[in-house]
Amino acid sequence: MVLDALARLGRVGIDALGALGRGHLLLLRMLAGASEVVRRPGLLVAQVYNVGVLSVLIVVVSGLFVGMVLGLQGHYVLSQFGAEESLGVMVAASLVRELGPVVTALLVAGRAGSALTAEIGLMKATEQLSGLEMMAVDPVRRILTPRLLGGILAMPFLAAMFSAVGVVGGYFVGVGLLGVDDGAFWSQMQSKLDFDEDLVNGVIKSLVFGVVVTWIALFQGHDATPTSEGVSRATTRAVVHSALAVLGLDFVLTALMFGN
Amino acid sequence: MNKQRSLEVLVGAFMAAGLVALFFLAMKVSNLSAAGDGTGYVLTARFANIGSLKARAPVTMAGVRVGRVEQVQFDKSTYEAVATLRIDRSVDSIPDDTFANIFTAGLLGEQYVGLEAGGSEDYLKDGDEIQHTQSALVLEQMIGQFLFSKAEEGGK
Repeated sequence: MVLDALARLGRVGIDALGALGRGHLLLLRMLAGASEVVRRPGLLVAQVYNVGVLSVLIVVVSGLFVGMVLGLQGHYVLSQFGAEESLGVMVAASLVRELGPVVTALLVAGRAGSALTAEIGLMKATEQLSGLEMMAVDPVRRILTPRLLGGILAMPFLAAMFSAVGVVGGYFVGVGLLGVDDGAFWSQMQSKLDFDEDLVNGVIKSLVFGVVVTWIALFQGHDATPTSEGVSRATTRAVVHSALAVLGLDFVLTALMFGN
Repeated sequence: MNKQRSLEVLVGAFMAAGLVALFFLAMKVSNLSAAGDGTGYVLTARFANIGSLKARAPVTMAGVRVGRVEQVQFDKSTYEAVATLRIDRSVDSIPDDTFANIFTAGLLGEQYVGLEAGGSEDYLKDGDEIQHTQSALVLEQMIGQFLFSKAEEGGK
């Protein structure tokens, strides 16, 4: 009885460690195949389209609404201290530092990451990956690497769009609706937000999230049990693991970047 | 070929939009347009008390920003605060008897260094120290003095 329970615990641990190891090996193989993308840039362009262009609409619309909500809520709190003019700072800082990279990563995980997992998982289930191998084409280089690099490339652009549109949304609500002073909104924002400290760190965050989200999605697809049930489970796992990894890493990155 | 071309155009538009967004954030939201970008020259100033002055606080002259506080250190031999100010290169004619004050923007706003030009013909150079300084006004001390003087008045 006790030994059985112990064995089960051990198997869980071994499985988790094994998946972690396979994931890192896959990442190394994907990165080693980066030369393939240099030879065939068309593959990368197609993946930037899949992950980036197709996610623009959801990212921009979400950014607009998040910015507008920040404007409303921020104004409510700040007006209690008579500091409505700081609304611009609050909206822009929260967007550029946190919400831009994080919410974009979560949206991309749901919108593009799940699609990647399903695509790779189905390719595996229908033995297309084995077929490529039969033709002496390395599926990791040919299929996975462009998707990874495309995702990494697209993420900072999407996060920047999210933040920019969010700031404009906050501006509409704060200045247009609630009557915050136009000049103070922008000038306080500019004087309080630093290019290196805030903007560059936000871009670094979104790059990290781009790696994590696409990596998890691709690994889950590549590692899926090649059945329809296995692919559906892998897709769920990809979204859940990406979301957890993004939120956890965000805390670590924030602590490293801003927590001195 | 045609499909590939339209794909490339769309991706190009996507990346251009992302770059525009980054540019917008850099210019309109962050302080890049007003940054001193590490050029300019450095002055130091000693204060008995700097209040809550922090690095990156503005340095102004006549209300116009001419530089930034680069760092604030503590001098353990004189028990004074040493503020390092980075002044824009274009502002190269600050007289050497200039007065450095620590002001507060608004009642509860952040603190900044205000320079009041003196009348000297000699200008401060890179690495020079501003001799005339006035410490930050600490609100608690002012309230304390105010109460004290009120109590004295009441006693008469």
